Amino acid sequence: MTPPPAEAATMGQASAAFVPAEERRPPSLSVGPIGWIRANLFNSWASTAVTLVLGYLIIRWTLGFLDWAVFNAVWSVPGTGQAVNTTACREMKGIGACWALIGEKYRFILFGLYPFDEQWRPAVCIAIFVGLYVVSAMRRFWRRELLFIWIAALTVIGILMWGGVFGLPYVEQERWGGLIITLILSTFGIALAFPLAIFVALGRRAHNLPAVKALCVVYIELIRGVPLISLLFMASVMFPLFLPEGMNIDKLLRAQIAIILFAAAYLAEVIRGGLQALPRGQYEAAEALGLSYWQKTGLIILPQALRMVIPPLVNTFIGMFKDTSLVLIIGIFDLLNAAKTSIIEPAWQGFGTEAYLAVAAIYFVFCFAMSKYSAGLETEFNRHRNR
Amino acid sequence: MRNAMRAGVFAAAFTLGTAGLAVAQQQSTFDAVKARGTVNCGVSTGVAGFSNPDSQGVWRGLDVDGCRAVAAALFGDASKVRFVGTTTQNRFPALQSGEVDVLVRTTTWTLAREASLGFLFTGVNFYDGQAFMVKRSLGVNSAKELDGATVCVQPGTTTELNLSDYFRTNRMSFRPVVIESVEEIRNAFISGRCDVYTNDSSSLASFRSTQGANAEQYVLLPEIISKEPLGPVVRKGDAKWFDLVRWVGFAQLAAEELGVTSANVDEMLKSQNPEIQRLLGVTGGLGEMLGLDNRWAYNVIKQVGNFEEMWERSITPMGVPRGINNLWTKGGLMYAPPVR
Amino acid sequence: MPNDAIAADPRYARRPPTRGMTLSWRDPTVRNIVWQVLILGAVAFVVWWLVSNTMRNLEVRRIATGFGFLGREAGLPIGEAMVEYSPADTYARALLVGVLNTLRVAVIGAVLATILGTIVGIARLSRNWLVSRLAAVYVEVLRDLPLLLQLLFWYGLMQALPGPRQSLNPFGNVFLSNRGIKFPWIVWEPAHTAALLAFVAGIAATWALARLFRARQFATGQRTPIWPYALGLIAGLPIAVWLLMGAPWTVDVPALRGFNFSGGGTVSPEFAALLLGLVLYTAAFIAEIVRAGIQAIHNGQWEAAGALGLSRGDQLRLIILPQALRVIVPPMTSQYLNITKNSSLAVAIGYQDIVSIANTTINQTGQAIEGIAIIMMVYLTISLSISAFMNWYNARIALKER
Repeated sequence: MTPPPAEAATMGQASAAFVPAEERRPPSLSVGPIGWIRANLFNSWASTAVTLVLGYLIIRWTLGFLDWAVFNAVWSVPGTGQAVNTTACREMKGIGACWALIGEKYRFILFGLYPFDEQWRPAVCIAIFVGLYVVSAMRRFWRRELLFIWIAALTVIGILMWGGVFGLPYVEQERWGGLIITLILSTFGIALAFPLAIFVALGRRAHNLPAVKALCVVYIELIRGVPLISLLFMASVMFPLFLPEGMNIDKLLRAQIAIILFAAAYLAEVIRGGLQALPRGQYEAAEALGLSYWQKTGLIILPQALRMVIPPLVNTFIGMFKDTSLVLIIGIFDLLNAAKTSIIEPAWQGFGTEAYLAVAAIYFVFCFAMSKYSAGLETEFNRHRNR
Repeated sequence: MRNAMRAGVFAAAFTLGTAGLAVAQQQSTFDAVKARGTVNCGVSTGVAGFSNPDSQGVWRGLDVDGCRAVAAALFGDASKVRFVGTTTQNRFPALQSGEVDVLVRTTTWTLAREASLGFLFTGVNFYDGQAFMVKRSLGVNSAKELDGATVCVQPGTTTELNLSDYFRTNRMSFRPVVIESVEEIRNAFISGRCDVYTNDSSSLASFRSTQGANAEQYVLLPEIISKEPLGPVVRKGDAKWFDLVRWVGFAQLAAEELGVTSANVDEMLKSQNPEIQRLLGVTGGLGEMLGLDNRWAYNVIKQVGNFEEMWERSITPMGVPRGINNLWTKGGLMYAPPVR
Repeated sequence: MPNDAIAADPRYARRPPTRGMTLSWRDPTVRNIVWQVLILGAVAFVVWWLVSNTMRNLEVRRIATGFGFLGREAGLPIGEAMVEYSPADTYARALLVGVLNTLRVAVIGAVLATILGTIVGIARLSRNWLVSRLAAVYVEVLRDLPLLLQLLFWYGLMQALPGPRQSLNPFGNVFLSNRGIKFPWIVWEPAHTAALLAFVAGIAATWALARLFRARQFATGQRTPIWPYALGLIAGLPIAVWLLMGAPWTVDVPALRGFNFSGGGTVSPEFAALLLGLVLYTAAFIAEIVRAGIQAIHNGQWEAAGALGLSRGDQLRLIILPQALRVIVPPMTSQYLNITKNSSLAVAIGYQDIVSIANTTINQTGQAIEGIAIIMMVYLTISLSISAFMNWYNARIALKER
């Protein structure tokens, strides 16, 4: 590569008294938008070819999708409920999307079987959950008070969902459904698995308690070795056999227990990672202070270890959030199952793509926000290392 | 950290406490239901025409209405039902464990289910049979011509077994495509993933009726390869509960036979026909024999309707003809013993 | 200071006070034992309680127990089986077919996901903006949607393909229809088996030879190029064996007969959709692992390797990859475990894996405990085997420190 002209000129004048050369702008082809395009899209023959092929495919597919999803879409059909007439959608099948399905069924997909007139209650609960996530994500709220906020919020959610007090009609759990089930199962799943996971993680590192350690290892490996689907299946089919005659646990709670046990095994490994990453000096210093095991663990070790594992913790939460969709196996109306059920009515049969896309958008918004947050947090935590 | 643990314990207690460890006393189903004030009814999570939530989240269908009728007879209020969605896998454990009091979930009455699972079928609310559907373009007129075909079938049901039995008996081979979800299996058939779609004939008929103008493309083959009497199931061991569920079904059939409908039931109270008088509890005191109010059947008919009304509401929109499900007087199999 | 000197030194004579067998709560040993006994006792009690309830319930509900059903005729049809199977076979055989189907999708899925994931991971680091953005979008979107949803979607797409009579024909005798992918396949004869064995033997011989050459290089500094030998052993040997045995070569070309294609090899749409969903989903996670692994290697490593005079390929092979692999392998283990466990979602789209077949078995026999126990044992065995293998591999490539 030849040196840029400005540099060559300066070198030529080196022997004479230093007179700064006139500032010259770099050639317009190497800066600005054109320069950026050259450097990032067309910097070699191979790169240019790839750019052109990919660009063509992207534009073609985008246009095709827009045709289907927007220009040719059917946005509404005459009638509602039993008397709906979906001929317009049927005629456009394959050419245009039938968004009328979402218009008719969005409340069922979001709230499931919840009594129609009371559906503002799960709506408020969803808002509270989102608020809870946002508040918990802000570091200035990472204090003891956060715990009280959580307890208060979950209590309010419980009151709103069940009702039976303050003039709210009672709604049994069989009627809960839609997005709120996904949120409840994943949030309670992680929140209640957390304390269990801490004990299991500590137990797995308790070298002076071999029996307890073995127990924890067996638990973790057993749960992590089998698919969630088999645990849910167990909760649904086998659990009723475990309980004495006449004692029943509600289906939703059974699924919740399975999810908690499942999440706890994964969380325990995440937390163990944090415990292992903590420098030995911290343990030794705490012992030197004469602290008991629980004082040492509660005051010195866990606060540091848990802080370190927040990003993988959020990732585990994202995983749980997606995995709750498997409860459809045991007939619980979560978001995905509600979408699946919404297309069973004869009039709406065959419009699965639209329903699945709508739910996919909801899942994506939640998971994407959380994964961005987790990635940001990780960068922030690692900043001191990169200095 | 200690706080987090405390919170965890608190939250656990909160969930357990409120979510309810429903511990029922060791008592008969009938008394337990009566004390509870609601009927726990196991239904399917989505079979069009039998039990399926509508856009407003209200359960609709023949099976669902059967549950409502039981509640109407017992409590005089058809809304006192708690519907529990069950899948093909967990329906029997749910009934065995007492999670549901009665299972009305398109379940086929078989010997093994009564003898080895400890259940009793109280009757039949739908006579079905397994059939085959093919595309007209295939040019097939009989199931005997299906050698080598690819067959779409739902897993885990008697359908799957009947299918392989039928092909074995007729020395034909087939390739199964086994899909759990009704929606997926229908799509598979429409798209031509399989040549043949086998299911209960009611399900096939309803599938065809949803296809609008395309319905003509599909042919239901004449062979019915199995008997599928579908009906409500209860646990063995509580005769009183069994009687209730069984006679609610019969009362609805009797009402259809006698022409009593939800619209005219109030007038019918004044009817001089002794059969109607006994059915509606004007005379005879039949309700008390069942441990119910004498107006039990009146409540069922008033709030849910007779069998024909249930059929019209749920099955007719599916495009399934009444056929063998008609009353015995009209050439069908539906026959209620005398209500007296 | 020698040991006896210490003993002789009066300064060391003071021993710690020996405690008698006083059972004090302050004694950590006693405390540990009490705690363990308590915890184990509690767990044992819970287990006993559950088991006794179960026994009672099984008795009351008259549910059969034991694995006797395994020997009975299953009667359930299975679409694709890697071993001979007919509905007249036993439940045990049906379950074996299920296990093999699970393994098939898991193994093929793991290999393909690794390849695709590596490509996407490298693409994310590409200097071409479009390529790196596209890879990033791919990773973000696929990671953030439930796998079940994706599987349902892919299966829907498979079914949107035309029927067998109008099947797409991208090249040669390959047919793409909603009945699956049909392709020509040679008629298998003993010569092919022999050639396959020769191929395996060739790989083993090459590996042994490479070790020999390396030992020689360490001893003498002399490098012997391995590739001519490798070519001869891996490619030449099987071909020679095949030619010697008469070079049989009959291609079975798929042809449309009656309802469907016959002849040739098939990939069913269920298997294809499951594989596609699993591979695309898992590749998104593997891509992130690969990217992190490569980025974790400091640029100085490349420069230092270059300063040693190594070629670019040797730099990557000898310096960068061994270091990157140390970062990559542990999380890869869990991805391989995930792909195996996630294959259980096959039941939703009609691929008959072990869960699907065990489900049907449970439904027919009513023996839920045995059925679920079989599912769990199968997955545990697979998971523990993968873990053990990856741990062994991980230990092999781990940094040898002091």
